[in-house]
Amino acid sequence: MMTIKDLPLEDYFTSGHTACPGCGPAILAKVIMKVFGKNTVIYTPANCLLVFGGTYPYLAWKVPYHHVAFENTAVCIAGIRRALKRMGRDDVHVIGIAGDGGTADIGIQALSGAAERNEDVIYIMYDNEAYMNTGIQRSSSTPYGAWTTTTPVGKVRAGKTEFKKDVPRIMIAHNVPYVATACISFPNDLLAKLEKAKRIRGFRYLQILAPCPTGWRFPPEKTIEVGRLAVETGMWTLYEYENGVMRINHKPKMIPVEEYLKLQGRFRHLSEEDVKRIQDYVKRKWESDLALCRAYGGCE
Amino acid sequence: MMRVVTGNYAAAYAAMRARAEVVAAYPITPQTFIVEHIAEFINNGEMDAEYMAVESEHSAMSAIISAEATGVRTFTATSSQGLALMHEMLFIPPALRLPIVMAVVNRTVAAPIGIWCEYNDAMPQRDTGWMMVFVENNQEVFDMIIQAYKIAENSDVLLPMMVCLDAFILSHTVEPVSLEEQEAVDEFLPKYKPHVYLLPEDPMAVGTFTPPEYIQEVRYQEDVAMRNARRVIARVDEEFGEKFGRKYHGLVEKYMVDDADVVLITLGTVTSTAREIVHKLRDKGKKVGLVKLRFMRPFPEQELREIAENVKAIGVYDRSVSFGSGGPAYIEVRNALYGFDIPVINFLAGIGGRDVMAPDINLMFEKLYMAADGAEKKNIIWIGTRGVEP
Ligand SMILES: Cc1ncc(C[n+]2csc(CCOP(=O)(O)OP(=O)(O)O)c2C)c(N)n1
Ligand SMILES: [Mg+2]
Repeated sequence: MMTIKDLPLEDYFTSGHTACPGCGPAILAKVIMKVFGKNTVIYTPANCLLVFGGTYPYLAWKVPYHHVAFENTAVCIAGIRRALKRMGRDDVHVIGIAGDGGTADIGIQALSGAAERNEDVIYIMYDNEAYMNTGIQRSSSTPYGAWTTTTPVGKVRAGKTEFKKDVPRIMIAHNVPYVATACISFPNDLLAKLEKAKRIRGFRYLQILAPCPTGWRFPPEKTIEVGRLAVETGMWTLYEYENGVMRINHKPKMIPVEEYLKLQGRFRHLSEEDVKRIQDYVKRKWESDLALCRAYGGCE
Repeated sequence: MMRVVTGNYAAAYAAMRARAEVVAAYPITPQTFIVEHIAEFINNGEMDAEYMAVESEHSAMSAIISAEATGVRTFTATSSQGLALMHEMLFIPPALRLPIVMAVVNRTVAAPIGIWCEYNDAMPQRDTGWMMVFVENNQEVFDMIIQAYKIAENSDVLLPMMVCLDAFILSHTVEPVSLEEQEAVDEFLPKYKPHVYLLPEDPMAVGTFTPPEYIQEVRYQEDVAMRNARRVIARVDEEFGEKFGRKYHGLVEKYMVDDADVVLITLGTVTSTAREIVHKLRDKGKKVGLVKLRFMRPFPEQELREIAENVKAIGVYDRSVSFGSGGPAYIEVRNALYGFDIPVINFLAGIGGRDVMAPDINLMFEKLYMAADGAEKKNIIWIGTRGVEP
C-alpha cells in the first residue's frame, strides 16, 4: 500500500497556483494527482480550486482539464466517461473535484442522478465547510454555530443555527460501490482511500475534510493541526463503505470539542451552551456512525 | 426508405443516421417520443450509442457538453420548460466551440402551463450563440438534423444548432418521410473529427477561468463563426440537394416573391398554410408573396434587404411575444430593414398552440394591402384574440 514516503516526485497539479497560504484543498489536489497521475481527466466546477488552479493561460493542471459550470460536476464527469467508453479508452481515470457547496447544495441533484445510475467516475468533495470562493457564505455542510458572512454574529442571532448535512450517508443510501470520508491531516488513510477508489469501477464518492485558514479564521500554519483535531474530537469520522460493508478507519480520542473550536475564529462567539450543544452533537454523531457501521456489518 | 412517421420519429431516426454516439435526454411532452425512440433503437441494437437517462434537462445538456468536449458526436432533444432549464448550459457549447445538435419541439413555457406550440421557449435563447432553424414539415426535421451536424462541424463554424419543430403539429403528426439509408448519410456526413478533446496523451484545458484579456476575443470569434455560418448553411444545403434531391434554400425560402406587391414572412408550420393562401390569392390576381424565415440565427439580414427592395409592405408572423415590443421575428426583421421606408407590420397569432387558420392568413394579407395604401396604421396586430379587434 502506498504511504506518504512512496509518493512519486512528479506533480500533475503543480506549484505556482494561487491558493491562500495553508489552503487545505490545495494540499488535497496535489495528493490526488500524485495518486492518479498522468492518465487522468479532471473536472472542477466553480469553486476556489477552479480559480487558484489557474487563470488562462496559466494552469497548474498537467492533465486534460474541464470546467462547465457549478452544479453539474457529477453529470459532466459521467459525460466524459461515456464518451471515453465510445472511444475505447477504459484506461483513463475520470475525476470531479468539487467543493461542499457545489456538492451538498446546488450540485446534489446531478450527484444523486449520477450515483443512482452508477456512472463509472470518481467524485471527490473537498469539504472546507462553506462557499469560500464567493467570500465565506454558509453551505449545508457548514457546522453548527460557525460564523460565515451569511450567518453573521449579530445581536439576536450569531452563527449557523443548523447542523452539518451528512452527505456521505446520503451517498451510502445510493448503494454505490464506494463511499469514503477522509481528512488531509491523515495522509496514509487518505492515500489508501484514493488508491482504493482508483481500483474500483462504478460510482465512487469521497468526502475529504480540508480546513480553510481564511474562512475558518486560523493561522495558515495550523491547517494540519485543525484537521487532526476535527477527527480526534469526533467532529469528523473517518470511515469507508465498500460494496455494502462499512468500516470505521480511525477511533477518535474524543478530545473535548472545545480544543477544536477554540483554534478557529469562526467559533469565537460561541456561548457555553453552544459548545455543549456541539459536544452533544459529536456524541450522537459518533454513536450513530457506530450504529450504521454495525448495521453494515463492519463493526463489532 | 419512404415511411409515414411523426416529426419526433424523424428526429430520432436522424440522430441515429447521424451516428450520434452519446445521447442524454430527459422526457417532456411533446419531445418525449424522440428519446423513447432513441432508447428503442439502442435497445434493439439498431443504434450503437451510449444513452444517458439523466435526471434533468440541465444535466442532459451538461452531459453532452462534456461528452462532446471529450471527442464524440452527441445529440439531445427537449421542449419548453426543459429548454428553459437548460438556459445556463446553452452558453457553453458556442464558446467552447462544440458542434452539438439538439431538437427543440417548440412548446409554450408556463405560466399558464400548457403543452401546445409557442416559440417562447426557443426565442429567448437566441443570444446564447446557437444556430436556430425552424422547420415546416417532418421531412425537413429529418433533413435538417443531418444538415445541422455538417454545418455545425464545419471548421469555419463550430457552433451548436437547434432544429426547432412545432409541438404536435409536427411532433405528433404523421407524414410521409424519406428516411435515408445509412450508407447515403455516411457519404454526406463524414465521421466526426474532434478539434477539442480530453485525452491524456495530448492534454487540453477546455473551459478555464479566463480574465478580460481573453474573453472579448472569444466572443468576437463566436460572432465571426455565426457570420461564417450563413455561407456554410447555403453550401451544405446545395450539397444535400445534390445528394438527396431536396433543397431548402438556406436561410430563407422565397415563394412567389419576385413580382410581389406585399410579402408575408412566416416561421414553422404556418408557412404551409400561408403557401395555400398565396396560391388562392394569386388565382384572384393578387400579387402576394411568402418568405419562409428558416433561420433565426444566423439571421438572414442581406436576403431580407434584397426582398424589401421591391415590395410595398412586409408582414411578419410571430408565435411568441417580447412584451411591449412585438414578436422576436418582427423585431429582428425591422432591425435588418433599417433605413427602408416601407411599412413592416407584425401579426401575433397561434400563441399557446391556438390554430392559425386560412382566414387568419387572409386577414394578414388584407392588412398588408391596407398598410401599403396607408390605411392600416397599427404595426403590431393580434389576430384571433378574444375581445381584441385585429
Ligand atoms: C449557478 C451558479 N450559482 C452561483 C455561482 C457562484 N459561485 C461560484 S463558486 C460558489 C461557491 C462554491 O462553494 P464550494 O463549492 O463550497 O467551493 P469553495 O468555494 O468553498 O472552494 C458560488 C456560490 C455560480 N458560479 N453558479
Ligand atoms: Mg466550500
